[in-house]
Order: sequence, then C-alpha cells, then structure tokens
Amino acid sequence: MSQATLRVQKISGHAGSVPGEDTQRQYQVCKLIDTTTCIGCKACEVACMEWNDLPFGKTTFDNTYQTMPETRWNYWNLIKFDEHEKADGSLMWLVRKHQCMHCADPGCLKACPSDGAIVQYDNGIVDFQQANCIGCGYCITGCPFDIPRMNPETHRVFKCTLCSDRVSEGLEPACIKSCPTGCLHFGSKDDMKDLAEARAKQLRDHYDFPDAGVYDPAGVGGTGVIYVLHDVNNPEAYGGLPKDPHVPWTVRLWKGPLKWLGNAAMIGGLIGLFAHYLRVGPKAREDEDITLKPHEGKQP
Amino acid sequence: MSTRPITHPERLVPHGHVLRYAFHERAWHWVVGFSYIYLLLTGLAFWTPWLFWIAMLLGGGQVSRELHPIAGLIFALGVAVMYVMWHSQMRITQTDKDWFASVGYYIRNEDDKMPPAGRYNGGQKSLFWGFVICMVLLLLSGLVLWSPQYFPWRSLLLLRIAILIHASAALLTIGLFLIHVYMGVFAERGAFGSVIRGDVSLQFAKRYHPGWYEEITGQPANPDSPK
Repeated sequence: MSQATLRVQKISGHAGSVPGEDTQRQYQVCKLIDTTTCIGCKACEVACMEWNDLPFGKTTFDNTYQTMPETRWNYWNLIKFDEHEKADGSLMWLVRKHQCMHCADPGCLKACPSDGAIVQYDNGIVDFQQANCIGCGYCITGCPFDIPRMNPETHRVFKCTLCSDRVSEGLEPACIKSCPTGCLHFGSKDDMKDLAEARAKQLRDHYDFPDAGVYDPAGVGGTGVIYVLHDVNNPEAYGGLPKDPHVPWTVRLWKGPLKWLGNAAMIGGLIGLFAHYLRVGPKAREDEDITLKPHEGKQP
Repeated sequence: MSTRPITHPERLVPHGHVLRYAFHERAWHWVVGFSYIYLLLTGLAFWTPWLFWIAMLLGGGQVSRELHPIAGLIFALGVAVMYVMWHSQMRITQTDKDWFASVGYYIRNEDDKMPPAGRYNGGQKSLFWGFVICMVLLLLSGLVLWSPQYFPWRSLLLLRIAILIHASAALLTIGLFLIHVYMGVFAERGAFGSVIRGDVSLQFAKRYHPGWYEEITGQPANPDSPK
C-alpha cells in the first residue's frame, strides 16, 4: 500500500538514510477506542473488509460472540468479547476492538530483514508493503501484540494499515466511519489523548469506575491506537491486551548485542586471518621441501 | 624403532602420493560446501540490511527466502552423511588434547613441536564436531522458522528463541568456516588438492599427519627423533 503522499520516517531492513526522516513535522495520527461505549456491533469489522476489499472466510464459533478466535491475514479488525467478574461478583461484559496498535517503536519493523517491507510514516502509521515482503515471518515474532498474519499461499504478511490510503487523502479510517455509537474517534495524537483523558475522568468522577484510564503503553513508545478502559490496571481482561508491552527481549538481543558481537567477530576474524598470513604465512611454500625438520634446540 | 604393518595399502597411489579423500568423501564435502556457501550468502542478507543486496543478486528476497530452507536440508543431509562417514575417526583422544595444549606452536608454524596427529588433528576434529552440533541446532531452529503457519500449534516464544539459536549457531559456523577455508586454501599447501583430486604427497602426510603416515606406509614418520 505505497502512499506517495505520506512521508516515511522509518524503513525496515534499510541501509542508509530515510527519505522523509526529519524533513517535515507531521501530526501524529491516532485512533481512540472507547471500550466503555462500544456495543460490539461489529460494523467496524465489516467496514474494514469492505474498504480493504478482503475476501470473507469462514467464521469460527467458539461459544462467544466473537467472529473468530484471532485476527487473520485477511481479517484485520476483530471485536473481542470477554465475560468479566467484578470484585463484587457481578458480571461485566468487556468488548474491545482488536487490531494493529501502530507502535511508535514498532517491533515488527525492527525484526524485519527486508528492505522496505515495513515502513513507518511521519504521521506514525506502520504499514506493510507486501511487494517487498519476503515471507520470513520475523515481524510476527517482533510484535508484542501478536498482530501480523501470513497468507499461507503468497507468503506475504498482512495487518491493519490504519487505512493509510484514506488517511493520505484526508479521510478517517473505514472503521471510524462505520461506528454507530461514536466509541471510535480519529485525529491527532494530542487531541485523542485529551479526549481519552477527559472521558476517563468522567468515568472516574461520575460513574462507578474509579480505575478508569487511558491505555497508551510507554514500553513501545506509545501507540497510534489508544483505548479508554474501565480498569486500566487490568488490560489483560480485555482479550489479553498486554499490561506492559515491549519489543520482545529476544528481538532486542538479536538486533542489538548479538548483531554487533557477530559483526565484530566476522570482521575481526577476516582481519585476524589476513594478518596471520602476513605475519606467519603458509606452513610451507610451493617450492619447498615440506619434510619436517627437527626444530633447533629440541634435538638431544 | 618399530615398523608397523601397512594397514591401508589401498590408500597408496603412484608417484609418491597417498589417497586422502576417496571420491564419495570429496563429493559429500562439496555438497556441504556449495550448500553452505549459498546458505551463508542468503543468511548474511537476512542478517543485516548492509548485505541485503546479496539476496537481490541471488534472485530477490522472496527467492532467497524460498530456497534458503531447501539448501538447508541439503546441507543438513550432507553433514549427517559426513557424520556417518567420519565420526569414528573423529573421537577426541589424549593426543588431540595435547595438540590443543600446544596449539600456539601450530599457529606459529612450528609444526615439529606438535604432538603427532593422525588422519585428523585436534583442530580438524573440533571443526567436524562444531559443524555437526551447529547443523543440528540450525536444522531444528530452521524447521521451526520455515513455515510456522502450518503448525497445528502456535508458539511465539518458540519462534523468538529459534531465531536467536539460528543466528548464534550460524555465527559459530562462520567462525569455523573462515578458519577451515584459510587452513585448506592458504595455510596448508596441498590440502585443497586433497578435496579436489583426493590425493596428497607422502611428504604432506608425513609432515601434517605423521600418525596417519605411519599407519599407511608402515614407516616411522620421523626416523631421527627418539621414540
């Protein structure tokens, strides 16, 4: 989904400079999902499939209202349903729209080895460029939210684009447009944060949700999709939203110390062997009688 | 000074040469060699953006990703055959431990101060075991990474650990590979010919593998030295 009108600030697997890096300041875009007003109607699921022209696959019924247990390569937007028991024993129904979080520090982009297969635009959208995807699946291991999914036939990975094609034309994402309750909002990150905080305060002050708050995890540098939760201390209850997501330690180790250690060892090894040849040379020359002569001083 | 019986008369070839690697040994060596070089090049392309151009050169990223695991299977098969062919000759003995204790002399080309090596010296045996162990690690982690979408179960942690194991084991083999190529092509004149034509001169055998020389010829490698 190449968007010429969107400037790029990060490119996966890329050596050298990035065209759009620090050339212009753009608004960070953000989707706000207010789980407290979502009714689980799934209009956003349908809008996502229609706008992105995704073929509909079979749904999986697992005794919940969920369309399927997890997102798929061609199903990027999934409403997760959870029955939650409150401290007083009463039932609460948690409904959360699940999709790519568009991290400021995207683990998928960090793990990707293919030049330009994943880009992050200046406005914060993280977008997969399937033309450059090689199908290694490393992005899947880099994602703290377990979002990217591979098409088993084409071996290319897909996920929510935050409708980068619509956003580049000044439109809001398709899911936002379809929401009947107004629980979805789209705008600049600052505005969405203000709106989310105001709503959380309202929930704390005027409703029975003293722990209401905004989910914008700092571990991945903040996200381009933020939530208002009834209980911000227990995001796991909302279909397994991680409490403190980070780029996985394995990816940080691999792309950090291991990479530099490996590079240093490889280059050092080459230099070392070359230096050995210059200093000590081969064990024997071509024209030499290679019969071993007893070393001086060793003979009795 | 004892003269040992000639144990491998078939290995003596005319013109003062001795067969070091039979045809099947040479052939498997190059099955492993060529598949390893392909794996190394494509693997380095996936390792760092600075070398991703190698994947472009070899047909593109998708092609490299597609063929890398298949080349990996060929490599694993070749190393497994090498294991069957050579593992009994690769047991680490006391001589090999002594060899490593005096490896400094070997590095400085003072080969006469080395304990007499057999068909393989301690370093060559270590290379063999290093490649066998790394092959097993690379194969297992590589199978996990090949097509995880087809697995009946899904474990992100397993995939994440597999990447680390795959990269670390590959780095180890690169170290072994550099030393192997350096020794075989540059440091020991005659060694490269032994995996191409198969034979080495008797002098080569006497100098670098005196124990093996004695085994084959029945002659002591160094008649002057006190036994």
